[in-house]
Amino acid sequence: MSKSSIFTNGIFKENPIFVQLLGMCPTLGVTSSAINGIGMGLATTFVLLMSNIVIALVSNFIPDKIRIPGFIVIIAGFVTIVDMSMAAYLPSLHASLGLYIPLIVVNCIVLGRAEAFASKNSVGVSALDGLGMGLGFTLALTILGTVRELLGSGKIFNLPIYNEEYKLLIFVLAPGAFIALGYLIAIVNKLKKAS
Amino acid sequence: MGYIIIFISAIFVNNVVLAQFLGICPFLGVSKKVSTAIGMTGAVTFVMILATIVTYIVQTSILTPLNIEFMQTITFILIIAALVQMVEIILKKISPPLYQALGVFLPLITTNCVVLGVAILVIQKSYTLLSSVVYTGATALGFGLALIIFAGIREHLDLIKIPKGMKGAPIALVTAGLLAMAFMGFSGIV
Amino acid sequence: MGKKLESNFKNMVAVLFVVTLVISGAVGYVYSLTEKPMEEVKKQKQVDAIKAVIPTAFNNDPFTDSWKVSVSGSADEYAYLYTAKAPDSIEIYPAKMNGKLVGTAVKSFSDKGFGGKVWVMVGFLPNGDINNYSVLEHKETPGLGTGMTDWFTKNGPGSIIGMNPQTKELKVSKDGGDIDAITAATISSRAFLQAVNSASDAIADSADASSGATTTNN
Repeated sequence: MSKSSIFTNGIFKENPIFVQLLGMCPTLGVTSSAINGIGMGLATTFVLLMSNIVIALVSNFIPDKIRIPGFIVIIAGFVTIVDMSMAAYLPSLHASLGLYIPLIVVNCIVLGRAEAFASKNSVGVSALDGLGMGLGFTLALTILGTVRELLGSGKIFNLPIYNEEYKLLIFVLAPGAFIALGYLIAIVNKLKKAS
Repeated sequence: MGYIIIFISAIFVNNVVLAQFLGICPFLGVSKKVSTAIGMTGAVTFVMILATIVTYIVQTSILTPLNIEFMQTITFILIIAALVQMVEIILKKISPPLYQALGVFLPLITTNCVVLGVAILVIQKSYTLLSSVVYTGATALGFGLALIIFAGIREHLDLIKIPKGMKGAPIALVTAGLLAMAFMGFSGIV
Repeated sequence: MGKKLESNFKNMVAVLFVVTLVISGAVGYVYSLTEKPMEEVKKQKQVDAIKAVIPTAFNNDPFTDSWKVSVSGSADEYAYLYTAKAPDSIEIYPAKMNGKLVGTAVKSFSDKGFGGKVWVMVGFLPNGDINNYSVLEHKETPGLGTGMTDWFTKNGPGSIIGMNPQTKELKVSKDGGDIDAITAATISSRAFLQAVNSASDAIADSADASSGATTTNN
């Protein structure tokens, strides 16, 4: 695979959410608005990028049997760093993402990429892979957040689009998250077939 | 009285899967048959209660006194990973039939965010050890309830004609959405 | 790529130990960098909230003049059964201009929100009328309970500005009061009003106890 296809792989062809269906908890949990989607996506991208780089660097020094715990410690370290930095410099976003920030540790995408890609590849391509997957995740979260915010509160990025009286509140609540994601995946499936 | 409220609200009102969005991966992944859903529930309940007790004790007797609460995420996930391994080894030795039933689900549990999520939540809610255990048990039951109901619905979904694009994940998600809507009906009871 | 390190016991323990040590060191370092900003952010949020709810300028430091009051009404009556933490208390911040009281900001809470605790900062005029409020922290449902941030403001549908909870307790119309609850979020509205009532009670109680008797500077 060429370098550019490694990068775009995560964004389109193997999009973590729309195609691989990984990392569903934060996807559904934080996307009640577009800005939350972007925030969560970028936090995860940082963790993916950093953990992919470090794991590609050290994977030869980690014996096979403790591979998973070793990776988890590295990932958890970066997650804690993101958590603390957001609390200090982006307090309101940190408050609205809440519990889902520490839970990046158990996001299947992060450990999945570490195990399936970074532990077998060089630092450069692992970084590209992490960045691509992270941006694919961010893109999907932002689309879902935008759709839910538009339907559920009549706004996009907090800018009013239509009269709030006509909003479909269910889309910012839990059931709307499932339903909106279900239809988005169906649309992506349709588009994939058409192309 | 307090315990009953914790119990009911964790199962129905704030159902961990349908209202708090934790444990969605196993919810969508291993819910195609009722029997596997029951097995998964058993394994999750067991590991969760054990994990919450251990992490609670570690938090209150090591992390808080030493003032290193920022190590919480790293410590908790390591404890959970180690516990899952230990449970697997011990089960294999002492109860092969139980291992047969739960074994395949155990490795999946480390990355099940319900376990870590609840371990962190009971600390945030500053529960006592006993109420933490009640809350965890109820959360696990809520997880099981959602999983088993959903598996029951999906067994029937296989027999229904669905538009092509909606097959698989999309229809499962829409169904989950309707189930979540049904669970919203419980929101007045506590 | 070089050869993998062998999986013998010594290697495994050593590697896991080193990895954990290095990562803990890195996390500890970042903690030492972010610790200060984190606390400043928290304090700044309260300072902003106090400024927002007090009608006019003041020149004292409300933090040094503040005191705490414990009020039973707001707390969950079963809390003692399941929490390990001491019950929260209400904090009162008097704002003075050249020694004369111009208003009082009260940080109050209710345990009975839909998603748990609701923290508000309520500003009172010296006569006890509500001047303004600001919601500090809550876990209410997005789109429903979250409406409390502007529902009860001056131009909001359920305005509480100018009311005095001491002359008439604030209640939603469903409970026989005269404040419209947020659409489809009666529980959140009740919790919010309870926090405001408790804030008002806290001032009244400490005035009864001949001002300053319960003062604990912190």
